Amino acid sequence: MSKQHASVTNEHKINYILYLADSTLILSHRNSEWCGHAPIIEQDIALTNIALDLLGQARSFYQYAATLIGNNVTEDSLAYLRIENEYKNLLLTELPNDDWANTILKQFYFSVYQYYLYQQLLNNSDEQIVAIANKAIKEVVYHVRWSGEWVVRLGDGTAESHQRMKNAIENLKNYIGEMFIAADFETALQIDVNNIQQQWQEKVNATFAEATLPLPENIFNHTGGKNGVHTEYLGYILTEMQYLQRTYPNAVW
Amino acid sequence: MVNENNISIATIWSIIETIPDPEIPVITLKDLGVIRDVKIDDDNNIEVIITPTYIGCPAVDMMSMQIMQELAEHGYKNTKVTKILSPAWTTDWLSEEGKKKLKAYGIAPPNQKQIVCTPDLFQQEEAVQCPRCDSYHTKMIARFGSTPCKALYQCNDCKEPFDYFKCH
Ligand SMILES: [Zn+2]
Repeated sequence: MSKQHASVTNEHKINYILYLADSTLILSHRNSEWCGHAPIIEQDIALTNIALDLLGQARSFYQYAATLIGNNVTEDSLAYLRIENEYKNLLLTELPNDDWANTILKQFYFSVYQYYLYQQLLNNSDEQIVAIANKAIKEVVYHVRWSGEWVVRLGDGTAESHQRMKNAIENLKNYIGEMFIAADFETALQIDVNNIQQQWQEKVNATFAEATLPLPENIFNHTGGKNGVHTEYLGYILTEMQYLQRTYPNAVW
Repeated sequence: MVNENNISIATIWSIIETIPDPEIPVITLKDLGVIRDVKIDDDNNIEVIITPTYIGCPAVDMMSMQIMQELAEHGYKNTKVTKILSPAWTTDWLSEEGKKKLKAYGIAPPNQKQIVCTPDLFQQEEAVQCPRCDSYHTKMIARFGSTPCKALYQCNDCKEPFDYFKCH
């Protein structure tokens, strides 16, 4: 194998790991916005626990990416010192929380995606990716169950909760497709997005049927997140999240 | 300085195994099963391998610090703590002694690992025993508790709400 080929592969791998890290970090940040605001304390704690799990995944991926990048890059510099168009997270993860139904549905879509993605990554050739996926999937199972149970509870609940779930389905419908449209780095790493999509769809179909909810009509997909083209929301998130490091460089606790 | 010839793996274990868990101080790191290995190389550098219970568990950094500190107090300076993710921690590694201590502390210890770890909705764990009155007549209040490793339950008999160290 030529040297050039090897370095291309490495760049794809780094981008892929950053994609996984960024998506989990940004959703973690969105979830943490609920801290102190959720309808009841048990659910406030649930969502912040999920935020913590996602942050743990993000840290593991950033730490690994940092070792591959070298040049004194650290997990912190990756999280706090990259700008918007260097972030590769899914657009879905940066969307505003809106109401409880929208927050739940976002989490459910993402957790189901993560569950089948990580199952696939258990067979990856990279040992560290396997280790992170294997560790994280046990927690993702809880996220799928928690968010899925809420989808059913709200969908098959009162007239208002049902309507709010329908609004959420409408809000998010154009942000589902991006998960299953392979970026260059996913193609390079031979991620089978179609297989993930199929399993994701089955799980969502079954859950929506139980929740008496209509499936989203997906005719248009917003994309770009994986390549650094984001909605206007990401800038606000990074502004808040990176404020301290930008204002007081190298500040530590 | 500690005499080089005296450093034995058993000594290091005996120093670190009594360190309490930062979040549930009635059990030790050894009870919890998070210390995976102790290695000493030819230059007497000591490496302690630990694994987190949950991937985002903030207690891990605290554990590393406590281990380094405890070893330093015993005169061991060339130490490092390495965090590994694989093999992934499971509640099966919690010692029997640890389970007893948890129960006495009011936290229901985890059941044997079972097949609830699938993404099917509305599954119930097998009966969780109330740490206060031993009744199995209990219900889950919330899937997530005060820390990632716990769920919130309530006893239907004595009415006591309690933490359950969920199987993982
Ligand atoms: Zn009881």
